[in-house]
Amino acid sequence: MGLPNAETFSLIGYETVLRQGDFFLYFQNSMIVTVVSLTLILLFGAMAAFALAEYRFKGNTLMGLYLALGIMIPIRIGTVAILEMMVATGLVNTLTALILVYTAQGLPLAVFILSEFMKGVSDDLKNAGRIDGLSEYKIFFRLVLPLVRPAMATVAVFNMIPIWNDLWFPLILAPAEEVKTLTLGSQVFIGQFVTDWNAVLSALSMAILPVMVLYVIFSRQLIRGITSGAVK
Amino acid sequence: MAVPQKPKTRWHIAVFLAPAVLVYTAVMIYPLFNTLRLSLFSEVDQTRIWVGLQNFRTLFGDAIWSEQFWNALANNAWFFVIHMLVQNPIGIALAAILSSPRLRFSAFYRTAIFIPTILSFVIVGFAWKLILSPIWGIAPGMLDAIGLKFLYQPWLGKEEYALTTLSLVSVWQYVGIPMMLIYAALLSIPDEILEAAECDGITGISAFWKIKLPLILPSIGIISVLTFVANFNAFDLIYAAQGALAGPDFATDILGTFMYRTFFGFQLQLGDPHMGSAIASAMFGIILIGVCIYLFGIQRRLRNYQFYGQLNAQSSSDNSQHDRRTCDPGYIYGDRAVSGICHPDQQFQKPSRDLS
Repeated sequence: MGLPNAETFSLIGYETVLRQGDFFLYFQNSMIVTVVSLTLILLFGAMAAFALAEYRFKGNTLMGLYLALGIMIPIRIGTVAILEMMVATGLVNTLTALILVYTAQGLPLAVFILSEFMKGVSDDLKNAGRIDGLSEYKIFFRLVLPLVRPAMATVAVFNMIPIWNDLWFPLILAPAEEVKTLTLGSQVFIGQFVTDWNAVLSALSMAILPVMVLYVIFSRQLIRGITSGAVK
Repeated sequence: MAVPQKPKTRWHIAVFLAPAVLVYTAVMIYPLFNTLRLSLFSEVDQTRIWVGLQNFRTLFGDAIWSEQFWNALANNAWFFVIHMLVQNPIGIALAAILSSPRLRFSAFYRTAIFIPTILSFVIVGFAWKLILSPIWGIAPGMLDAIGLKFLYQPWLGKEEYALTTLSLVSVWQYVGIPMMLIYAALLSIPDEILEAAECDGITGISAFWKIKLPLILPSIGIISVLTFVANFNAFDLIYAAQGALAGPDFATDILGTFMYRTFFGFQLQLGDPHMGSAIASAMFGIILIGVCIYLFGIQRRLRNYQFYGQLNAQSSSDNSQHDRRTCDPGYIYGDRAVSGICHPDQQFQKPSRDLS
């Protein structure tokens, strides 16, 4: 044992991993799912949050409560019916299925956090925009969205890690080789090469690497998000 | 709010709400209720027939099913108990240590403790499997190095230890979450309260027990319910470490793995979506009960109490001359216990009377 020296250092494990498992494909799938889901969560979540925070209309509170239900009830409970629906619509084994599920899963908390922040955006600013003839859509996209950017970053970070790491939905909705996510891919790979330690440990390192990079980039945002009480 | 109150329909509200509500309803709420509905059906000769509560009768009553179900439920409960008794107290203790101003490198410790939470269960489960393996693992060697080799057991392979071991692995991974939340709560305690307590000679450990702990109770409540929900739909760690059969001999089977095997099928067992739905409905009921207990039983009291605490903090900082009793949480807490749940306005009266 000990640290590898010039003689014992070898990248054989990584070679096996790259030869056997299609890690770049898995990585790409994970990336697509995570990025698209986050974009949809942020866009749809911010729009709904704006509607709830800005306008008074019949059923506003009720709509807020309806959307907040999903914060506490995990989406996994509905897996049987989700699978049935995805089979019926032919979306099983596509990345779209995963994206839809993660978007639905992330929306409740996103709406909740973002509407809290949007209530803090100055009314005078929005009214000035209205007087200048901006439409409600332009007020949202041009005035409000840039102002809640920090909150959006918090929401993004909170959702990113669970989506990236999820095993349940890829296992059930998209187990096919060409749509495997990195988490599922490394799980299967580890299972197959359970005695080839070089390969297994290389696979583990490769699976850790992307999240570590994401963490280094976003850690400040994540910690600020948690400590600013966004989850409370 | 200066929304133009025109009589015409404000379509933009619908446009803003529609995408989120549609996706959320179609992919989350509808499948949730559809799952509850499916649990009332069964499949005979490839046609779906209505069987009422028969699936639940099978699940709770039929020896083959009920034994597995109660086993999974009991294991899940133990999984939760370990998290509550080990993860959360350690998280609180770590947060208390980290928030101490005299600690050096606290940012480093915070990051180091938090990092496992961003890793996936697959990595954590497999890494611990390697560490604890009797043949390959480094755990026996490390115990040997400190002369405790006799303590070593193949923890993941023995029925009596496997579940506890996995729970502790999960605790190791997730202790960063309660730590962060409590740390945030501790930082938000107004300095005035702590200073006032210091004047009364309450410092160090007793300041933590008498002042900080009562003030972070709302955060502890939130952490408890988050732990509850997360534990009762846990799946990934068990699946990654022990497989879908949750070995040895189902000793680590929890509701998530049980539901997966039932509805998706595994090895020789065929998938049965209707029994799977019944298990999902049972999980839904359990989580609902837990969340309701929190929302109606615990959170209400804590909210009021927190509000009261903040008001006191407010009034104590607003007035240079203040009654010390109003910023002693022990007093606040005692008072709350007597007054029960009362309207915030009523509570507002109290400190101001005390102050005058």
